[in-house]
Amino acid sequence: MSTSQLAPVEAKGAGVATYLDERVGANGFLRRNLNKVFPDHWSFMLGEVALYSFIVVLISGVYLTLFFKPSMVEVIYEGPYIPLKGVKMSQAYDSALDISFEVRGGLLMRQIHHWAALFFMTAIAVHMFRVFFTGAFRKPREMNWVVGVSLAMVSLMAGFSGYSLPDDLLSGTGLRIAEGIVLSIPIVGTWVSFLMFGGEFPGTDFISRLYGIHILLIPGILLALITVHLMMVWVQKHTQFPGPARTNNNVVGYPLMPIYMAKAGGFFFLVFGIIVVIAGIVQLNPIWLFGPYTPDQVSAGTQPDWYIGWLDGALRVMPNWEIQALGYTLSLNILIPALVVPGIITTLLIAYPFIEAWASGDKSEHHLLDRPRDAPTRTALGVMAITFYVLLWIGGGNDIIAVGFDLSINFIIWALRISLIVLPPIAFLITRRICLALQRRDRDKLLHGRETGQILRMPNGEFLEIHAPLNEEERAKIMAKPDVKPLPMPPETDSTGVKNPRLKKDRRRAKISQFLFGDNIAAPTSAEISEADAHLAHEVQQDAPVVAEEESLQIAHDGAVLEESSSTRD
Amino acid sequence: MKTLASHRRHPAAVFVAILVGLFVTGGLYAVANTATQAQSAEQVDATQILTGKKLFLEGCSSCHGTAAQGTENGPTLIGVGSAAVHFQVSTGRMPLANPGAQAPQKPPEYSEADVAAMSAYVASLAPGPAIPTAEDLDYSDADVAEGGELFRANCSQCHQAAGRGGALSNGKYAPNLMEATPQEIYEAMLTGPQNMPVFGDSTMPPEDKQAIIAYVETLKASDDPGGWALGRFGPVTEGLFMWIGALLLVVACAIWIGAKVR
Repeated sequence: MSTSQLAPVEAKGAGVATYLDERVGANGFLRRNLNKVFPDHWSFMLGEVALYSFIVVLISGVYLTLFFKPSMVEVIYEGPYIPLKGVKMSQAYDSALDISFEVRGGLLMRQIHHWAALFFMTAIAVHMFRVFFTGAFRKPREMNWVVGVSLAMVSLMAGFSGYSLPDDLLSGTGLRIAEGIVLSIPIVGTWVSFLMFGGEFPGTDFISRLYGIHILLIPGILLALITVHLMMVWVQKHTQFPGPARTNNNVVGYPLMPIYMAKAGGFFFLVFGIIVVIAGIVQLNPIWLFGPYTPDQVSAGTQPDWYIGWLDGALRVMPNWEIQALGYTLSLNILIPALVVPGIITTLLIAYPFIEAWASGDKSEHHLLDRPRDAPTRTALGVMAITFYVLLWIGGGNDIIAVGFDLSINFIIWALRISLIVLPPIAFLITRRICLALQRRDRDKLLHGRETGQILRMPNGEFLEIHAPLNEEERAKIMAKPDVKPLPMPPETDSTGVKNPRLKKDRRRAKISQFLFGDNIAAPTSAEISEADAHLAHEVQQDAPVVAEEESLQIAHDGAVLEESSSTRD
Repeated sequence: MKTLASHRRHPAAVFVAILVGLFVTGGLYAVANTATQAQSAEQVDATQILTGKKLFLEGCSSCHGTAAQGTENGPTLIGVGSAAVHFQVSTGRMPLANPGAQAPQKPPEYSEADVAAMSAYVASLAPGPAIPTAEDLDYSDADVAEGGELFRANCSQCHQAAGRGGALSNGKYAPNLMEATPQEIYEAMLTGPQNMPVFGDSTMPPEDKQAIIAYVETLKASDDPGGWALGRFGPVTEGLFMWIGALLLVVACAIWIGAKVR
């Protein structure tokens, strides 16, 4: 009895930890990783939304595989949906209808799967916006940007292959368009199409082939890419927004265990919950309304899901150009919008970090994010690209818009053709203006303080507005503006009078650098800041009673505890 | 006679006599009335055509010509039949408020009786598709699934698979069928209004028309098992909901979770 009282008190679970540590040496690994610090910002959770929706897609997808029959064998529908009773259809469509009407929870699972896929794609898009506009793709994260773009592209295929599987009229029409795109490839198009469909479209093989790709190949690639993506985030550590005590060499935030475990875990269930609630109350892809696919039928208002909508839009707004030569037809009307434009967009997306690094000549690491206004040209280019994308999107829904808003579809197409050329540059100019204006405002705030809105009347009748100094956080944000200078124009000859053999190339590079980094508002020098501080302090002294109150307000800023990172960067 | 005489003073005799009298008078009246009705039907027909002609001259002749022969502003109505007139006028498409890509549906200008009069007038000009009878419109025995097949093969390329309507070139459109009555659908198939092709009885027999109507009526009546259907417009409204509704909800949650604890 007395001996047990003297025995050391062991923490619950310590036995397991010791067991694991003695066998796989888990303690060091766990301590290092559980204490890892993550910075806090809502926009850092957009990628998490993508990850969580992907998990929901996987879980719901496994359920659907239990009931879906990927076969194009013709069957006669004998299920409970009367308007299709006795109709000939493929077994794939038949089983998709069974999932919708007979399998317990089947329709909910189908809608969860599809909604989660839409969440996944949407989260990828907005996550990409965040990474682009904050410059998170800069060294050392260029590789991860490339992985991310690849993830986005493979996800497009994942979505489209899923959309095409139920073999209803809508998905079949989508496949028909995909076949048309393949056919437009010069020389090999026809043969590639035969290879894909096992003969003439639609054939009898394609659904089962696509099924394997959709449930095995694509998820496998996605899982591998996601693993690489996350491991790189882990290894390189998360970027952070500028703020007090945040530097390029630390991470200020909360440790993974317990705070981030709780936050991320809770967020997973929130995302999961939102998807399930929306899937429960908002109908998505009512395949029974479309009927089975037969190549001789088509429905008005046939659209792909939103993430393919821009490609469909490009096809719809493209003029009908074809070149006929030597008995062959080159279908520029399909080739350009469906293959050339997406090819250019993808290439530019992948190349952007490298273009920026090359044009800046900057080889340093960046762990502090840019505020979008502090990189005006990059932000403007991003908005320009989004404008282009959104216009194509509108093109994809042109018929619905025409009916909904009593417009002529021809008018919409022409308006879009012109807008696609005119609006992106305008968006670029406006965005850059706004960014520069915001920078000027920041500079002004830094040098003259924040306008308090309090007007002071002096004994001599003069009116003064009181400016209060910025609080520490605002100040840190503005001061973090990187001082990026464009590369100088190279001289024709070097100091010894030898002609530069790479003059043309260097000049081009300098020009691009000037374009990307030239237009910027100079950050105030430290001399200017100290002078401004002195001036503000003087003002404070002058109007002591009023400003004292102001100051006490400022002290109440930001109550969050800033924990110095345990994982200091070197 | 003796029997009758012997019962003459029976207490019920008066009632029997009155009853017989009533039956005889009623019967005679009924026979006479049918005769007069038959006579007046012709009269009504003639007056209806006259009324119809008057209405036509007032409301339609400026575009269709005083003898319905057509002008450069409107086609001839000789031979279009009563079905076309009934469809166009009872759905408010005619008279046209202003020229455009297509006559839009609006509240009808004329009463049912006026529409009938104008239909009768136009039908009197030359034979054409007649307003479908109640028998034509009886789709109760029609095969809904067959109607669905016919609908997808013949209608959905313009009216959309769920009958929600779709865009045609240059501002023309195929209207939403969820607002159309069985009679309007039948008449539209018979006469091919606006940009719609004619599905005459030789290419699409009445049973097929009834099957299509049955399918459209099923679509109208059917619930959406998946929840809020977003107008049954397909991926466009679904994508819009994703970006506007669902994404904002998720971002709001992210901001909530990401908010600093104060």
